[in-house]
Amino acid sequence: MALIDTINPLLTTGWSRGDAGWRLKDYEARGGYVQLKRVLASKMTQDELIAEVKKSALRGRGGAGFPTGLKWSFMPKAATEKYVVCNSDEGEPGTFKDRDLLRFDPHSTIEGMIIAAYAVGAKLGYNYIHGEIFEIYQRFEEALGEARAAGYLGDRILGSEFSFDLFAHHGWGAYICGEETGLLESIEGKKGQPRYKPPFPANFGLYGKPTTINNTETFAAIPFILGMGGEAYLNLGKANNGGTKLFSVSGHVNRPGNYEVPMGTPFAKLLEMAGGMRGGRKLKAVIPGGSSAPVLPGDVMMECSMDYDSIAKAGSMLGSGAVIVMDETVCMVKALERLSYFYFEESCGQCTPCREGSGWLYRVVHRIEHGQGRTEDLDLLDRVTDNMMGKTICALADAAAFPVRSFIKHFRSEFEYHIENKKCLVNPDVQRAGSGFFRASSTAGAA
Amino acid sequence: MIEIEIDGKALQVAEGSTIIEAAHQLGTYIPHFCYHKKLSIAANCRMCLVQVEKAPKPMPACATPVTNGMKVFTHSEQAVKAQKAVMEFLLINHPLDCPICDQGGECQLQDLAVGYGESASKYQEEKRVVPDKDLGPLVSTDLTRCINCTRCVRFTAEIAGFMELGQSFRGERAEIMPFIGKTVDTELSGNIIDLCPVGALTSKPFRFSARTWELSRRKSVSPHDGLGSNLIVQTKHDRVMRVLPLENEDLNECWLTDKERFSYQGLNSAERLTKPMVKQGGVWQEVGWNVALDYAAHALRDVAKTHGGAAIGGLLSPHATLEEMYLVQKLLRGLGSENIDFRLRHSDFSADGKRRGTPWLGMKIADIGGLDRVLVVGSFLRKDHPLIAQRLRQSAKRGAQISILHSADDDLLIKLTVRAIAAPSQLPARLAEVVKAVAELKGRPVDPALATVGAGDTAKQIAASLVSGSKTAILLGNFAQQHPQAATLTALAQELSGLLGGSFGFLGEAANSVGGHAARAVPGTTGLNAAAMLKEARQAYVVLGAEPELDCADGALALAALTQAAAVVVLSPFKSQAMLDYAAVLLPVSPFSETSGSFVNTEGRVQGFHAAVKPLGETRPAWKVLRVLANLLEVAGFQFNSSEDVRAEALGGQPEFVSGLDNGIDGGALTLAASANGLERVADVPIHFADALVRRAPALQQASDSAAPAARMNAATLAKLGLVAGERARVDAGGTAKVTLRRSLMPVCPMAWCVSRQPMPIRSRWVRCSPF
Repeated sequence: MALIDTINPLLTTGWSRGDAGWRLKDYEARGGYVQLKRVLASKMTQDELIAEVKKSALRGRGGAGFPTGLKWSFMPKAATEKYVVCNSDEGEPGTFKDRDLLRFDPHSTIEGMIIAAYAVGAKLGYNYIHGEIFEIYQRFEEALGEARAAGYLGDRILGSEFSFDLFAHHGWGAYICGEETGLLESIEGKKGQPRYKPPFPANFGLYGKPTTINNTETFAAIPFILGMGGEAYLNLGKANNGGTKLFSVSGHVNRPGNYEVPMGTPFAKLLEMAGGMRGGRKLKAVIPGGSSAPVLPGDVMMECSMDYDSIAKAGSMLGSGAVIVMDETVCMVKALERLSYFYFEESCGQCTPCREGSGWLYRVVHRIEHGQGRTEDLDLLDRVTDNMMGKTICALADAAAFPVRSFIKHFRSEFEYHIENKKCLVNPDVQRAGSGFFRASSTAGAA
Repeated sequence: MIEIEIDGKALQVAEGSTIIEAAHQLGTYIPHFCYHKKLSIAANCRMCLVQVEKAPKPMPACATPVTNGMKVFTHSEQAVKAQKAVMEFLLINHPLDCPICDQGGECQLQDLAVGYGESASKYQEEKRVVPDKDLGPLVSTDLTRCINCTRCVRFTAEIAGFMELGQSFRGERAEIMPFIGKTVDTELSGNIIDLCPVGALTSKPFRFSARTWELSRRKSVSPHDGLGSNLIVQTKHDRVMRVLPLENEDLNECWLTDKERFSYQGLNSAERLTKPMVKQGGVWQEVGWNVALDYAAHALRDVAKTHGGAAIGGLLSPHATLEEMYLVQKLLRGLGSENIDFRLRHSDFSADGKRRGTPWLGMKIADIGGLDRVLVVGSFLRKDHPLIAQRLRQSAKRGAQISILHSADDDLLIKLTVRAIAAPSQLPARLAEVVKAVAELKGRPVDPALATVGAGDTAKQIAASLVSGSKTAILLGNFAQQHPQAATLTALAQELSGLLGGSFGFLGEAANSVGGHAARAVPGTTGLNAAAMLKEARQAYVVLGAEPELDCADGALALAALTQAAAVVVLSPFKSQAMLDYAAVLLPVSPFSETSGSFVNTEGRVQGFHAAVKPLGETRPAWKVLRVLANLLEVAGFQFNSSEDVRAEALGGQPEFVSGLDNGIDGGALTLAASANGLERVADVPIHFADALVRRAPALQQASDSAAPAARMNAATLAKLGLVAGERARVDAGGTAKVTLRRSLMPVCPMAWCVSRQPMPIRSRWVRCSPF
């Protein structure tokens, strides 16, 4: 299952051959490294390069959606020792796009990183790859070997004045290492704990040096932006939301998988591409941007289009583009319990509100789910989440609080039913039927 | 400067300060746990959240730098709501059992919970339990109480120099722990007890023995190393229960070494001498003060009459007070003896008579931080001067270049620029090389005596580092001062600092190393020094506070000299078997906690202190005992009514710093001994063995620094001698000892070896080492 469906494939151009198309020769055959060659041969200036990226309105694909060109322009020009770091520590539940990017087309990320290094004047880069996708890390190492052998990495790349080397680094699976400063700490060999900001990585990053850190998908988009020009890329999407984006659609759809669509594509279209709802059931809720994004009721979601602004308007976040689809068989209390457990488990333990609060949230939700809820619990959850949000070094406390608040906001009656009746509003048999675990075979075919 | 406003009050603060620092300047208290002015910013407890105008959410005051025009509200609704929220989170997993917690009554969390906590907890779930860890004999853990502020972690990493504690695991399961199977072994470990804002780290010797509100507090001064740390001695029922640091930014900052913090246990030792004793017919008897003083006076008068005053020698502990030393020397001089010395561990006295003044640090302790180039010569710096080492550690982090020339390659946990390790006999030659190299770099003529010296690469590196700085200092450590060629080392250091235009000085060995000179407790021109009066054994000795068999450079020789003497009068807070063997009379005198007096620290600062508790049993302050003894001996000029009177006479007033501080020596010979071959002994004075008090502190004696004696030598030396690391070996050097061999991983000079951590009955510098 490499590529199921797409509109305007860019990032996924090379995916159609599955595991057979990732090598350097395949990438070059698709026009790979042409942009790097052009940049080096034309002696494009750093400012021109950054201006092009700014023009594309490419926004960080890791979840925060920060304009990439702007981020690059923060790098101090005078500094001699600078780094570019790729964040492939894809740990957000529901997200699996970077894994496939590195699996089916690792060279686009490599090329993107080399061009980024050129733009910000870095000599060294790291790609931090999530520890639980070790085979992807191995493939990336292999791809790096190919690029090095072909002279795309190392001293005086392709005979130019520009030197850059890139290394892969795999983590051990901690979600918090996906936070950019936690990631930098982890590369440095320390415990992965986010740093207090400011200073931001652009001034004080890896080993205290200016560092640009972007998501895998962001880097992978760079060669395509240069290929078609910033403006054309922007026009693929909509204003302020340039280009295409990978969406990892999971949950109760017929064909879960990664879909590349232009920014601004209606959610209904994305759902249709994913084969529609499994078993033709009714859409109940969608988490549009990874588990830390607030959940949206199905009907609200059907009105949204897939871009940063539209989703934000509806009260959630596009995040990393992990679309978790839930149908009517889902017990929202149980779903929240699972999510809360994740944040309880993954809090780094540094800041008091998150360390203590994430466990408190999980325990209360767990209690409600197991028939021991109290009438005051929903108010308690509201107060605890309110006390956690915005009071910690990184956003993990907020990430733990958002699901709780949004689940209760949109599905309060289910929680109240649970507390009053000590059982699920959704009949357990229905839940089991919806989970698919108890069926002999899955229905709709995957590509 | 930046103009900001805190709670409506305008003020100017330095650029780069944080909100909490600015608030401190204003006297506004912002609640906090993880923030500590001497540690890096962690911003993890979140207790110091305050409202900042235009900021969308509350900001941590400890980590937020001030900006021009910033308006901060520390008690606004938003700020207090955030602070209360954090307090609630801190308390949900914290045991709410203050009445059974050792920290109760002096707990930051308890105090702030009164202001920011609710009367009842909304948390109804199970509380977290964290297994305790063994951090060694000094620090006790109760980690369930830990709020993960990581002050202890940052202390070990940043101040003590080696991260012995860390936060393992994550989220709610995060816990503070040492390396698996290891304890916290830094000589500064007790400070984590003070730093811990809750009852997670408490003092093992003290815990559960008293409540903070039951304790009386007295200011005092540390009687141990030359720094003169300021203490708060806490007492209950005339017993010292605990010692804490009294903050003094010029000296100990807010720290104490473990020795200073825990040595108080020795004050309550079973070996305390509480009644005067005399030996009659070989049998010891406890007697009244009248009898004992009469006995002592008779004994001394007899010897003086029969053999002359010069037959009496005075051995004074450098840990005795200025007043005590002054009175002993005055008494002995009154009896006609010039044989007085407190420099018991020294072995080279050839600089006597050539000194321009009292040897001292050569600068203020607080100025150490301003040095940009330092050469430490002959020092077990970390163990002998832990807090000076700490200052140099911070300097090195700020970019100062610290180098060391020494005979043992102990890990100083300081980023060193050059490390030159040489056998003890080679130290003068190696220092001479540095002098030569500096002279060459500076294009200055060198003393003719050094004409033939050829500077090696290491010396050139040290020289290059030294000449590149603007504020240099050469610091001679205890090992250099006790070195058989100490005068040569001093002369070389003087030459070197002259070339560099910097300073040179001595790291004071003991609490009163400068005070001893100020009290004139050194031999006159006709007198014998500490070594000579043991070599040329006297008929009688007056011993003040010392245990010469352990405190002298040659313990065995001291023991022999004392044993043969007709009369040994010992003034000591403690008794030992050795004392009972050689003494004729034992006069119980007060340790520092039970007497008034003063210590003059290594920078010449006179620090007076009062008794914290009443003297134990029949013990009396030594200055009173000496006054009576002098009266009995009819020595004139002992009409003192207080220890302040004594100090005024000794120092010619009550100065803040003693006068006459000068390290210079005139006519010091720069003769370098010919290089020698053979196995040389490098013996330190173990940190918890340096004086009579700390030797009797049980918890310190269990600490890792008090481990059994061992010989350390590098692999090449072991192989050459046919010895195996880990096995026992026989060490023969005028005396014989059996020790365990440890292989030194560091490239110690191939011909040097170290016997560390315990004194040994070894006399010679030259040793033979053979399989046992």
